[in-house]
Amino acid sequence: MPETPLIAVEDLHVDFATPKGLVEAVRGIGFTLGREKLGIVGESGSGKSVTGRAILRLVPPPGRVRAKRLEFEGRDLAGMSEQDMRRIRGRRISMVMQDPKYSLNPVMTIGKQIAEAYRVHAQVAQREAMRRARTMLEAVRIRDPERVLQAYPHELSGGMGQRVMIAMMLIPEPDVLIADEPTSALDVTVQLQVLAILDDLVTERGMGLIFISHDLNLVASFCDRVLIMYAGRIMEICDAKRLDEARHPYTRGLLNCLPRIDAAGAEDLPVLRRDPAWLEQGL
Amino acid sequence: MTDMIEVEGLDVAFGRGKHAVRAARDVSFRVAEGESFGLVGESGSGKSTVVRALCGLNPTWTGRMAIAGQPLAARRDKAFYKLVQMVFQDPYGSLHPRHTVDRILSEPIAIHGLGDAERRVTRALEEVGLGPTFRFRFPHQLSGGQRQRVAVARALILEPRVILLDEPTSALDVSIQAEVLNLLRRIKRERNLTYILVSHNLTVVAHMCGRIAVMNRGRIVEELSVVQLREREPTQDYTRQLLTASLGYDREAIARFVDFAEAG
Amino acid sequence: MSLFTRSATIVNPQGLRAWLLSDAPGSAFQARCGRWYLMWLALKRNPLACIGLFIVVGLLLMAIFAPWLTTTNGIEQVLLDRLLPPSAAHWFGTDELGRDIYDRIVWGARITLYIVGLVGVIVVPVGLVVGTVAGYLGGAIDAVLMRITDIFLAFPRLILALAFVSALGPGIENAVLAIALTTWSPYARIARAETITIRDSEYIMAARLQGASRLRILYGHVVPLCLSSVIIRLTLDMAGIILTAAGLGFLGLGAQPPLPEWGAMISTGRQFLLDQWWVATVPGLAIFAVSLGFNLLGDGLRDVLDPKSRDS
Repeated sequence: MPETPLIAVEDLHVDFATPKGLVEAVRGIGFTLGREKLGIVGESGSGKSVTGRAILRLVPPPGRVRAKRLEFEGRDLAGMSEQDMRRIRGRRISMVMQDPKYSLNPVMTIGKQIAEAYRVHAQVAQREAMRRARTMLEAVRIRDPERVLQAYPHELSGGMGQRVMIAMMLIPEPDVLIADEPTSALDVTVQLQVLAILDDLVTERGMGLIFISHDLNLVASFCDRVLIMYAGRIMEICDAKRLDEARHPYTRGLLNCLPRIDAAGAEDLPVLRRDPAWLEQGL
Repeated sequence: MTDMIEVEGLDVAFGRGKHAVRAARDVSFRVAEGESFGLVGESGSGKSTVVRALCGLNPTWTGRMAIAGQPLAARRDKAFYKLVQMVFQDPYGSLHPRHTVDRILSEPIAIHGLGDAERRVTRALEEVGLGPTFRFRFPHQLSGGQRQRVAVARALILEPRVILLDEPTSALDVSIQAEVLNLLRRIKRERNLTYILVSHNLTVVAHMCGRIAVMNRGRIVEELSVVQLREREPTQDYTRQLLTASLGYDREAIARFVDFAEAG
Repeated sequence: MSLFTRSATIVNPQGLRAWLLSDAPGSAFQARCGRWYLMWLALKRNPLACIGLFIVVGLLLMAIFAPWLTTTNGIEQVLLDRLLPPSAAHWFGTDELGRDIYDRIVWGARITLYIVGLVGVIVVPVGLVVGTVAGYLGGAIDAVLMRITDIFLAFPRLILALAFVSALGPGIENAVLAIALTTWSPYARIARAETITIRDSEYIMAARLQGASRLRILYGHVVPLCLSSVIIRLTLDMAGIILTAAGLGFLGLGAQPPLPEWGAMISTGRQFLLDQWWVATVPGLAIFAVSLGFNLLGDGLRDVLDPKSRDS
C-alpha cells in the first residue's frame, strides 16, 4: 500500500559562499522517510548535519538550499513561505540537537521552557501547558517531574537535559523527529537509555525518525535503515540488519576500521583508504 | 623487578570542607614496564583525575605514587618530565594557536637544553607520519588527526619512557582514530614504552591494552585482563553493564540497566 | 631552508603572493609573513579601517618627512607676517607671531607621535606584566596587584597630571608620565581577563608538562594571546591620549612654547577665534582627524585580530 512518505528528498544541494570560494556541503542527495527510524551516518564534513537542517530550512545564510524535491507529506517545503514553515517547525517536524547545554535557555526554568514550546503551537492556558509538560516529563521517564519543572538547565545532568529536550520537542506531537547527534555528548549507558526512550516514543506515536550520527555501530543497532554519506553524497543505503553485507568500499572501510572487543588485538586496524573516485560517485 | 608505575591509595579531592568533591578514592594499581594499561569509566569516574595527579597537574593528592621506583612528591621536577609525558584529548585545544608546529616541538628541546633541535624536530615529525611541509604550519592549518599527530610528536621529543594518553582519539573521526591508534601502537613497540590509556570507549581500550581497570565514582571497580573481557568474564555488575552497552543498542538489555549510584 | 633560496620567486608578484599564501611554509619567517599578509587582506576589506590606516600612516609620514614638507622650522617669529589668512603662500595662514601654521602642524606631528608613542611604550608592557602575573598566579598576588590597579584607576587623568606637573614642573616628559600613570590600569585588567580565560587551557598544561618555568609560560604562551586585545585597546585609547596631551598643552602644562604642540596652538589661538579663526581651528581639526584615524583603525583591528573569529 503506497503511502506518501513523510519526507521525500530528491537532488538536494546545499552550498555556502565563503571568501575562499564555494563550499558544497551537500551535493545532490535523495531519500525518503516513512514511519521508521532512518539513520544518516558520516564523518565530519560529510554533510549529514547540514542535511538535517536543510529539511527544516534552518541553514543560515550564506548557505543556499536547492532541491528538485523537498516534500513533507507531499507538501513542498522548499518553496513554502516562512510563515507556513514556522507552522511546520516544531509542530509537524521537530529537531533535537547534540548538547542540551547549548539548546536549553539557561535563564528559564525547565517548566517554563516546555510550556512555552507547547503554547507556541497550541492555544492553551499556562496551567494546562504546565500539566502537559509534567505528563511529557513522565513519558521520558523522569522520576520526579515536579523538581525538574522548577529546576534550571545547569542543575541537570547531561542525560536528564537531553531527556528534557526530547520532551520539549515531542510535546506538540510532531510527525517527524530529526535528531542530530542527540546522544554523542552522553556517557554510553545513559546514551542507550535515552535512545530507548526515543525508540519507545517513536514507535508508540508512529513517528518517523531521522537519526544523524557519526557512530556507525550505534546507528546500525538502533535504526531500521542506514544512509552512509561521504563528501556531501550518499554512498550507500541499506537495511540496518544487513549492514555487514554492505557493498560500497567506503562503508566496508568504515566497518573494518572500528576496533572490536572480540577481534584479536594483536593486529593493527585496517586503515580507510579514500578513493578520489568516491567524490564523483553517489546515489 | 620494580614496576614502572605504582599507585597506592591515591585520593584526590577538589574543594575543601563540606563541599569537597572526592574525585578519586583509594585508587591502587601497578603497571609493568612495556605494558599498556587501560583506565575505563564514564564521566565523573575519576579516570582523568588519576592520570593528572600522576603527571603533576594536580597537586592536591594523598597516597603513594612511584615511577620507575622513585616515589613522587607533591610537585614534579624537570627530570620527571623527561620520563613521563602526556597526550591530551582535544586536538584543537592542546596546541597553542599562535605557535607553529616547529615552535611547539622545539620548545621542550629548549627547556631541557638538549640541543640538536633541527634533527630532533624533523625526526619527530617523520616518526608520526608528517612530512617537512607541516613544520611551519599553524594549528588552524591542520586537520584534527594531524594536530593529534603533532601532540604525539611533542610527547615523544623528550624520549620519555611512559606516556599517559587521556582520551587521545575521542574527538577524532573513526577512520582517523584507526590511523592514530596504529601510530601509537607502532611507537610503543619501537621504543618499548609504557602506556596508560584513559578512555570511556571500551572497544578502543580493549584493542590497545592488555589489562584494564574499570572505574566508577572515583573508585576502581574491577581490574581484569582484556582476555577476560573478551571471554565475557567480568565479575562485577558495573563492568558487565559497561560491556553490554559497548556492544550497541539492545532494547531488552537496556531495560535491565541499573543506575550505579553513590556508593558512599 | 634559507630565505634567499626563494628570492627568485619574490621578484615576481604572483610568486610573492603564492609564497605568502603557501600551505606549507618553509621557514618560521615565511609562516609569520603569511599570517601578517592574511591579516592585511582582512583589514583591506574594511573601508573605514583603511581610512583610519591611511590617516595614521599619513601622520607617520608627515613626522618622518617634516624637514622636506616644510619651508620653515615653525619656530622662528616673523612679526611682519602676523595673522595672515590662508593663501597660496601660507596654506593655513600664520599665527600671532607670524609663524606658518601649516609648517607648525607638520612639525607638531612629531610631538604628537612622540607623546603617543612614549605613552604606549610605557603602558603596554606595564599593563601586560601586571595583568598576566595577577591572572596566572592568582590568590594573594592577584588581589594585591588588582588593588594597586584600582588605585591608579581612581585618579582622574587631568587632575593627576596637574598635580604631577606642579610638583615636577611642566614639560612633555612629565606630561607623558602623568598620562601613562593614569592610562595603564585598564590594560592590566584586559590582560588579566584574557589570562584567566586561557590559564586552564590544555596547551598551557602541555607547556607545564614539559617543565616550562612560569616565566616562560607567561612570556611565550600567555602574552602573545593577550597582545591583540591590548593593542586594540591602545589604538582606541590613542584618541583619548592625544586629547589629554592637547588638554595639558592647552593649560600650558605640556609642551612649552615655542614648541608647535597642537593643543598649545589652540590655547594661544583662542584669543583670535572670532577674527582669525584659522589659528585655533586648524590645529583643532588636526587633532580631530588623528583621533578619528586611530579610532577607525582600532575598530578595524578588532575585527581582524579577534582571536575568536580568526583561529578556529
